[in-house]
Amino acid sequence: MTDQFDKKEIKKVLVLGSGALKIGEAGEFDYSGSQALKALRQEGIETVLINPNIATVQTSEGVADHIYFLPVTPFFVEKVIARERPQGILLAFGGQTALNCGVELYRNGVLEKYGVRVLGTPVQAIINTEDREIFVEKLKEINVKTIASEACENIEQALAAADELGYPVILRAAYALGGLGSGFCDNADELRRLAEKAFSFSPQVLVEKSLKGWKEIEYEVVRDRFGNCITVCNMENFDPLGIHTGESIVVAPSQTLTNSEYHKLRELSIRIANHIGIVGECNVQFALCPDSEDYRVIEVNARLSRSSALASKATGYPLAFVAAKLALGYGLFDLTNSVTKTTPAFFEPALDYVVCKIPRWDLGKFRKVSRELESSMKSVGEVMAIGRNFEEAIQKGLRMIGQGMHGFVDNKEIEIADVEHALSAPTDKRIFVIEKAFDQGYTVDRIHELTKIDRWFLHKLKRIHEVDLHLHEYDSLGAVPAELLRDAKRLGFSDFQIGRAIGMEKDHEMEDAITLVRRRRKALGIIPCVKQIDTLAAEYPARTNYLYLTYGGEENDIDYENDGRSVVVLGSGAYRIGSSVEFDWCGVQALDTIRKEGYRSVMVNYNPETVSTDYDICDRLYFDELSFERVLDILDLESPHGVVVSTGGQIPNNLALRLDQAGVRILGTSAQNIDNAEDREKFSAMLGRIGVDQPEWSALTSMEDINRFVDRVGFPVLVRPSYVLSGAAMNVCADRSQLENFLTLAANVSKKHPVVVSRFLEHAKEVEMDAVAKNGEIIAYAISEHVEFAGVHSGDATIQFPPQKLYVETARRIKKISKKIARELQISGPFNIQFLARDNDIKVIECNLRASRSFPFVSKVLKINFIELATRIMLGLPVSKPDKSVFDLDYVGVKASQFSFNRLQNADPKLSVDMVSTGEVGCLGEDARSALLTAMLSTGNTIPKKNILISSGNGKQKAALLDAAKRLRENGFNIYATEGTYRHLMENGIEATRVYWPDQEGHPQALDLLHNHEIDMVVNIPRNNSDKEVTNGYRIRRAAVDLNIPLITNARLASAFIKAFCSMTPDDIEIRSWQEF
Amino acid sequence: MKKATLQLDDGSRFEGYSFGYEGNVSGEVVFNTAMTGYPESLTDPSYAGQLMVLTYPLVGNYGTPPLDVAADGMKQFAESDRIHPRALIVSDYSDEYSHWNARESLSEWLRREKVPAITGIDTRRLTKILRENGVMTGTLRVEGCPDAPVDEDYNGINFVERVSVKEPVTYGAGEGRKRVVLVDCGAKNNIVRCLLRRGVEVVRVPWNYDFNQLEFDGLFLSNGPGNPETCSATVENIRKFISNPDERRPLMGICMGNQLLAKAAGASIYKLKYGHRSHNQPVRLDGTDRCFITSQNHGFAVDASTLPEDWEPLFTNMNDGSNEGIRHRTRPWRSSQFHPEACGGPVDTEFLFDDFISLL
Repeated sequence: MTDQFDKKEIKKVLVLGSGALKIGEAGEFDYSGSQALKALRQEGIETVLINPNIATVQTSEGVADHIYFLPVTPFFVEKVIARERPQGILLAFGGQTALNCGVELYRNGVLEKYGVRVLGTPVQAIINTEDREIFVEKLKEINVKTIASEACENIEQALAAADELGYPVILRAAYALGGLGSGFCDNADELRRLAEKAFSFSPQVLVEKSLKGWKEIEYEVVRDRFGNCITVCNMENFDPLGIHTGESIVVAPSQTLTNSEYHKLRELSIRIANHIGIVGECNVQFALCPDSEDYRVIEVNARLSRSSALASKATGYPLAFVAAKLALGYGLFDLTNSVTKTTPAFFEPALDYVVCKIPRWDLGKFRKVSRELESSMKSVGEVMAIGRNFEEAIQKGLRMIGQGMHGFVDNKEIEIADVEHALSAPTDKRIFVIEKAFDQGYTVDRIHELTKIDRWFLHKLKRIHEVDLHLHEYDSLGAVPAELLRDAKRLGFSDFQIGRAIGMEKDHEMEDAITLVRRRRKALGIIPCVKQIDTLAAEYPARTNYLYLTYGGEENDIDYENDGRSVVVLGSGAYRIGSSVEFDWCGVQALDTIRKEGYRSVMVNYNPETVSTDYDICDRLYFDELSFERVLDILDLESPHGVVVSTGGQIPNNLALRLDQAGVRILGTSAQNIDNAEDREKFSAMLGRIGVDQPEWSALTSMEDINRFVDRVGFPVLVRPSYVLSGAAMNVCADRSQLENFLTLAANVSKKHPVVVSRFLEHAKEVEMDAVAKNGEIIAYAISEHVEFAGVHSGDATIQFPPQKLYVETARRIKKISKKIARELQISGPFNIQFLARDNDIKVIECNLRASRSFPFVSKVLKINFIELATRIMLGLPVSKPDKSVFDLDYVGVKASQFSFNRLQNADPKLSVDMVSTGEVGCLGEDARSALLTAMLSTGNTIPKKNILISSGNGKQKAALLDAAKRLRENGFNIYATEGTYRHLMENGIEATRVYWPDQEGHPQALDLLHNHEIDMVVNIPRNNSDKEVTNGYRIRRAAVDLNIPLITNARLASAFIKAFCSMTPDDIEIRSWQEF
Repeated sequence: MKKATLQLDDGSRFEGYSFGYEGNVSGEVVFNTAMTGYPESLTDPSYAGQLMVLTYPLVGNYGTPPLDVAADGMKQFAESDRIHPRALIVSDYSDEYSHWNARESLSEWLRREKVPAITGIDTRRLTKILRENGVMTGTLRVEGCPDAPVDEDYNGINFVERVSVKEPVTYGAGEGRKRVVLVDCGAKNNIVRCLLRRGVEVVRVPWNYDFNQLEFDGLFLSNGPGNPETCSATVENIRKFISNPDERRPLMGICMGNQLLAKAAGASIYKLKYGHRSHNQPVRLDGTDRCFITSQNHGFAVDASTLPEDWEPLFTNMNDGSNEGIRHRTRPWRSSQFHPEACGGPVDTEFLFDDFISLL
């Protein structure tokens, strides 16, 4: 039990966020944090938030009273506590980052020193769940079985433990998020390798007996301080134990558990929550034997988690909101069910649908990465699909993933060399391998043997496959029996899949085929209906606006007003590299504005990690697909005033033209003009017409043409194939061999698959224009500047705003060009243009007539909400141009990228033209250097203590780093340098110690220094792509990442960071809230 | 699969497919929002005479467990000897099942026990109709089957008589054991199991059996189907027990047992619009901050305002404020409207059995 306190004593509460999105800790914590803040504000409590993630909804105006864009580390949190003096702190809403930080503040006495009370689950209880040994002991006290495991403090102990338990074993790092540093080991060699890595993240690793093949089941438990306890949801992993739950397809509720199993695990969950003393929410993970009721508890997360966000969306039960209220001392009986509004929050949702969560991977973006799914997480996002049967849900979900798949069947052919092997060694393609296996005649039993996936799931997938075979028997739409068409729709087939299955591709463009299928089924009365998520399976009337569409029903749950007051905002779908929380922020701002202006705000989105899919953020939420088909279904029902396609990133943007052709009213910039900007040929012609320069480019269909083009423009060139076989989609090629290599191995060049080749400008600045226009006239704009030169994707670059080193003339020209483009495309709404600038020579790289990734950043730095402005414009409301003076800032914002290479085994951690970062932070400072330092510290970099290893790439990069190296020496740092860099430094009078590349003889070896943790920071600038360089540099970079040593691979960024920490210390960083800038 | 149709009294029609016995049947249509536990629900005698709608759409996933008679004399994995609802109504029956403990499919079991079933209908639409209009009679017809006789008026039938044991049965007999009399109005096996697990002897007697003539240490009133008004004989026997001024032996009632005890005490009962049939009903222990999630299956409730002086509400439903249990102010007599024995559903209130046993 927590000690009693009076709610009224708590007047100010500090909430810790989770920082930048990274693999294992993503948008779900924006959702939980936002809910917690909402709950606190409802109580009249003053709120303080620390979160450097500037793109989140929680760091928006009106969500928290004082927002600090600072690192969530004990050092900075203590400073904020000293300044704000809150009475309470919430640790459970910012993922493992917030939890670890909170535990440390508790241990070092900071919380006690400032009299800050931890609200919710007590810290000791958190420690009891996080420290494996204590945890096992605690559960033993209540006769709960855990996985036999031994906590080890060094590799020898780990080896001994494994011998005792017997291989295979699983290795886990304690205190690590999302299974970081975890993995299976079949033998001592594997264990040794993994243990070394794990020990670099954690002082303790756990060696456990592997239970590969057992079912993995989770429960979300809520408990109040009176000991009242409920399980809001249980979930079953489609994949058996052995694949991290973040990597597995997950269904809710469980499907293959009997009543007895369900309630046995439920009772254990409650027993555990009671014994540990949870106040708020926790998640309990079980391994359940597939042949008996034997079980083991895998772990308990005494905080909101990815699973709790999923459970909230899956059930409509606002877990984070309720957990925050419970932390304040409420009982579950005090709170009401926010869906029914009449029944209490003390209940367990009854679902009358099934949800399916599917992870989204972006492994194709990374060179060398291992694609096998393991016990550590690699996925970057997820989707949730809702259906009245499993087949419908999974097919919807597979489409939602957004990687060109149309469902379980009727996808483009994927190459699987060895189906048998692929089934037993699952990769990100695992479910499509199952389809392939059915095709090749594998039985459910055989697939089960190889995958250990429960036969029930496989039977359901087989049913989809069978109906697909039935469809294939017909060769014209008219011939397909209505009953079969209905069955197919019920099992989640899209119109596209049906069209393809009956071979319509032969005679039609698929877009036309879809229209024909749609027309045919509508004529037969086969249309989806709308159902509510009401938490009580229709037992009580609910005025819920949380909706999904299904073919498993006969009537709509809601009546439509048909008053033309609905404005539909299309969301951004699964978080992925290149599109994440920033578009959620944009969507939420649009919804807010629509609501404020008296329209009915309607959201379509399917990402359970978002705030935009919180049903109280809008008037109606369709938790459903963003496909052309489903969006039209929804618009048929809503008959809206119009649709907003410009706040959800590329997915809605891509739908604009087709929706327009279908007669849908697109708000803002016309679909035709969106297409004029998206279509490279049209856009290029337009730029020519208005006299705006761009890098030379050409779309080419043969190697000869490409060579001819390159002969003319010279190397390097940027190559973008339209059909990628493997690896990154874009590449810069420095010479002919690289070009040929890339185009023969990685991509396909043909008439059908042209390759866009453009001249690549070296040492050019990249500048971004984010703006909002009305009828072609710019209303508000923000020009920002990349720290790195062109060649680093804008999503990976470090961006400063306002620009710090841009010629006045460059800025003037950029404004002028933007005006021309805005006018020419008659832009009404948000847009973004990317420029290259070299010596006032400006070229346009691309232009998007939608909100860009940097909209929240520039909106928050400027304190002008660009999306609110854009939405007002799209609604046809009057807007006034902000006064010129607001563009004149006396502070600087720096946006820095967060990478998750540590999760992606073997991936080469270097930057290129294709984006690889998973998140970002944005920090403010009185000057660029302090903003940059704060931002770099916020993305997990640390200021080196003593020793820095530098390999500085080619001549120009070496020169760029010289000044920084000098500063390092002046400040007493030791420089270790590889051959060329060493020579260059010494020639310039900078003392350094020479170290040797892995392929060189000699001592000290760079890798040894890293493994011995003698290096505090690595600056490794890849020189070129020659094999030798790749191998040597790769090994150093990878070792740095695996050993958790900060790594920078760009000379300009390294130089800026080094100069920043050489000229100031973290103590010099001013602690100022956003509101105070 | 043959086509099947469900027609409600108000004329609503639902068309789907038959996956059970091929026959026609009618009865009171009730919905149950539990997400697991169809074998337990189907064998729960309280569903006798009803057509059971499961609101959770996916049903049959884990097949049917082996229903052999266990050492305790009861069918294992079942709450009674057979299926009691007249029909099963679902949205998405799973043709293929998967579970280590399954012996046959749900469909095979339903056919064996001659229980019709329909799948492929919009059970949410059906549930909303029942919610808005209250429970009503419906008829399930399977294509090509001759018409079934229209059933009797649900409220008029003594379903309790149909499901109760005909003769007393003793379980767990043993030297020196405390003896509990269980009045079987349609008792679920798990009530017996919960008692046996606590080391007592259980004498299960027919619903109208005068237990007052037996020697026992505690009295237990079971759940049961239909309208409690039909059980006047049981009420009489209970009244005899509680009106004895010297009676101090503990008594516990469950579900219909709660209603019969209330009636015997002098309170009245009424029919709920559509009943509580689910695994997620929140109840609060009156006068405390303690709340529990409970398993329920009842269509009638005790009107707590009619309880006499000596009695008080014990638990109250947090959703609709209806009574969930009563107790005597001074004597060890109490009952719950919900099912502490679970099966299916949450086991959070099983401690009520411990409390009862501790009083023996």
